[in-house]
Amino acid sequence: MGSDLNVVIATDCGSTTTKAILIEKKDGQYRQTFRGEAPTTVEAPFEDVTRGVLNAIQEIEELSGRKILDGERIITPAEGDVGVDIYISTSSAGGGLQMMVGGVVQAMTGESAQRCALGAGAIVMDTLAANDGRLPHEKIERIRQLRPDMLLLAGGTDGGTISHVVELAEYIAAADPKPRFGSGFMLPVIFAGNQDACKEVVKVLGEKTDLTVAENIRPVLEEENLAPARHVIHDLFLEHVMAQAPGYRKLMGWTGAPIMPTPAAVGEIMQTIARQQGINVVGVDIGGATTDVFSVFGEIFNRTVSANLGMSYSISNVLAEAGLDNIMRWVAFDIEEADLRDRIKNKMIRPTTIPQLLQELQVEQAIAREALRLAFVQHRQLAVGLKGVQSERTLADVFEQEATGESLIRMMELDLLVGSGGVLSHAPRREQSCAMLIDSFQPEGITRLAVDSIFMMPHLGVLSTVDEQAATEVFERDCLIYLGTCVAPVGSGKVGEVCVQYTVDLPSGRQVGELRVGELVLLPLADDEVVEIELEPARRWDMGAGPGQALSARVCGGVVGLVLDGRGRPIQIAEDDHLDQVSAWQGALNLYGE
Amino acid sequence: MAHAYTPGLRVTRHAVIQKERRLPLKGEVVVERGVEVRRDQVVARTELPGDVATMNIVNRLGISPQELAGYMLKKEGDQVVEGEPLAETRPLIKWFKTTIESPVSGTVESISPVTGQVILRKAPKPVEVLAYVDGVVDEVIAEEGVRIETRGAYIQGIFGVGGECWGALHLAVEDANAETKTIGAEAAGKIVVVGSLITLEIVEQARQAGAVGLIGGGIRDQDLRDLLGYDLGVAITGAEEIGLTVIVTEGFGRIAMAGKTFDILRACSGMEASISGATQIRAGVLRPEIIVPSATAGDEEHVGGDSEGLQVGNVLRVIRMPYFGQIGRVSGLPAELQEVESGAMVRVLEVEFDGGEQVVVPRANVELIEE
Repeated sequence: MGSDLNVVIATDCGSTTTKAILIEKKDGQYRQTFRGEAPTTVEAPFEDVTRGVLNAIQEIEELSGRKILDGERIITPAEGDVGVDIYISTSSAGGGLQMMVGGVVQAMTGESAQRCALGAGAIVMDTLAANDGRLPHEKIERIRQLRPDMLLLAGGTDGGTISHVVELAEYIAAADPKPRFGSGFMLPVIFAGNQDACKEVVKVLGEKTDLTVAENIRPVLEEENLAPARHVIHDLFLEHVMAQAPGYRKLMGWTGAPIMPTPAAVGEIMQTIARQQGINVVGVDIGGATTDVFSVFGEIFNRTVSANLGMSYSISNVLAEAGLDNIMRWVAFDIEEADLRDRIKNKMIRPTTIPQLLQELQVEQAIAREALRLAFVQHRQLAVGLKGVQSERTLADVFEQEATGESLIRMMELDLLVGSGGVLSHAPRREQSCAMLIDSFQPEGITRLAVDSIFMMPHLGVLSTVDEQAATEVFERDCLIYLGTCVAPVGSGKVGEVCVQYTVDLPSGRQVGELRVGELVLLPLADDEVVEIELEPARRWDMGAGPGQALSARVCGGVVGLVLDGRGRPIQIAEDDHLDQVSAWQGALNLYGE
Repeated sequence: MAHAYTPGLRVTRHAVIQKERRLPLKGEVVVERGVEVRRDQVVARTELPGDVATMNIVNRLGISPQELAGYMLKKEGDQVVEGEPLAETRPLIKWFKTTIESPVSGTVESISPVTGQVILRKAPKPVEVLAYVDGVVDEVIAEEGVRIETRGAYIQGIFGVGGECWGALHLAVEDANAETKTIGAEAAGKIVVVGSLITLEIVEQARQAGAVGLIGGGIRDQDLRDLLGYDLGVAITGAEEIGLTVIVTEGFGRIAMAGKTFDILRACSGMEASISGATQIRAGVLRPEIIVPSATAGDEEHVGGDSEGLQVGNVLRVIRMPYFGQIGRVSGLPAELQEVESGAMVRVLEVEFDGGEQVVVPRANVELIEE
């Protein structure tokens, strides 16, 4: 099928905006050529997602001169300047896929179930477990109250005891849960636990829910087997959830490949890239309602979604969770608290507005830093190794007391940090995106930074399921805008002390300098330039080779350049004169002009 | 971007309004198509399954789950009353007998031979759905609810808290920009229109006076936080129990009510209205509403219709700083992107305010006011 594709139109129906891109094969290469966007129309007065899709495609028609629509029909296949070969789409509108998961032990099958659902693109509303500290009637009440789109029940290793997982099934049956959409339907439930318990679970849940049995996600303690259950989630998402949302039945009839939940598509493309380049990647997509964080470390993929951290619908929740002081520490001016609160709430109730004033932009970017920081904290908590695994220990391990379930996110080993979502991709200056990523993720050692220019990753993720080559070609040529590289020694010290001595062979000539604690330095290094840097950290400061150990590396440039960050990890923010400090950092990176 | 502006909220003097009234679970619809209903009349009812109580009887009797059936005095589906024996041991010496009594009245829902768990369900809870607006039953959705049609004024607010209620509309101010300082006994049982700002003090006074609802242009977030007792993170409201329903028509802060909104409320002063503060700005948007059924005929429009695009001459409200809350007319729609102060390149429009001042605003930052 892949080689037949010359013109592809892809949309991503987000909770706020529907984004369309046109991909065309020109001179044997796939390139993203035009884009259009329009507000998503799942809500009243339209209540039909296809309106927004048509509006976004119409914009592409106007810009490209290609006729794609015949009334409300997408013309396929392409012939000359008319039509496209395939239309594909992802969606997170209408709140995305909302799931509840259950497992016997919270830190073991409970977490595996959570990772399974998150990786499939869901928002996990709650995790039930036999040991979650809640009384049975509280669990039952919670299931009844939440009305998820579907429920994933895991628990037990194959051949193990069945009573605990059957007990959870009994709670679910007692709650007699109803799905979020369609009161006449039964709630889809996936059982992916101890296969010996299948018969009993079917007996308990078979008549009360729409039960599907999948392979155990934790067949043995040492292994997670998430893919089969994720496929079932995806199928049920299309059958039950999508088909209920306004206009989606029509949209599903238009697409040439199954509609994917947006985060699942982003995960798909990130894994492809990490695999192909052999690198560790962290990606973030900050949307209006939610923030998704993806990581691929040593080929282990993890995704988390922070359901109530976002820049429009959920902006007020960022304020509630981060607190005013944490937001204001990134702003170089004072603002009255009551005024700021009203502004944030007004953004919440009118989510599609954009900052017209520079001060408003600065406040929004400060809120974004906190949303990103909090979302990453949540990601680190879940992106951990399997818990409950007995590992073989050698004599050498006796001296390293590492518990199971350690974090997989090792910032010093991170190669590429990619940001996407309106506030990062559409920041008026790329320096602003660069600063937001560094301040919130606090990369350590040497890390390359990029943004997804127009949030194309979902489109490319779903395209990769149809034609991997086309998706990869567009990703490499048009998707990422490399901002540059962040060089950040880890440690803490007194402001003004030297933390690293550096020698860098810039195209303009060799530059030798000292990076001081509390300082940010921006060196010019363009997108296609790769140079050698030698770093000699001071005692107690680590560049990746160990405290005080020198390091040489090749670093890549970008539209911003090479950022040397001497602010320490975690970033040390002054309590008394933080306005001057923030102002100096903004000046160093030229964030807001004169 | 063809629709790069926020579609305006519905504000109509004469509308045909249809309200769907659905049960949370299937049940019985108690009115027929074509009958007139009053706002406080029951239109459908059902029973929600009762709460459950779980008991692990095997642990208490010291037996295995497989043996449980032999010790149970009740079987699945049996009724039990609180204190009634559910299971007991039968030792040779009666003195050693252990009896497990039911902690609640209800039905035995399940007895599990796998987990040894017994689930008891309390009596079902009746749920009734009221008509909410005066009108006529337009459609009966079998076992689920009805659609009620009414004619009258329909105003969508931007944000609200509190659920459905009804009462006579009472205007406490003379113009849309004014602010009410005090509310007295005359507000009892009424929905009070307070002008540009709903303060916490006014809410307190309204509650004491027994008012059922408050409508105003804006509210300060700090006051909302004090009113609710917590910082509202995500705008999903309607279930707050704060003693009355609060609807703001414009936004947060002190903002004059849109002229048209205020004029309709003034014209309906003294009439019975139904209001709901329920707001959901995500996953199927829901805005608070004010419905004033009336027999007066006019050029009616259906609520829920499509809106046309943005055109020169349209009346709009700016919904973001620096012109937040100001009302003007579209005077130009330049096609090319323009740079605004924040440095962003965006699609803009030119607005002329009432005083003649001309400004440029991003299209995303305006809201149409339908005339």
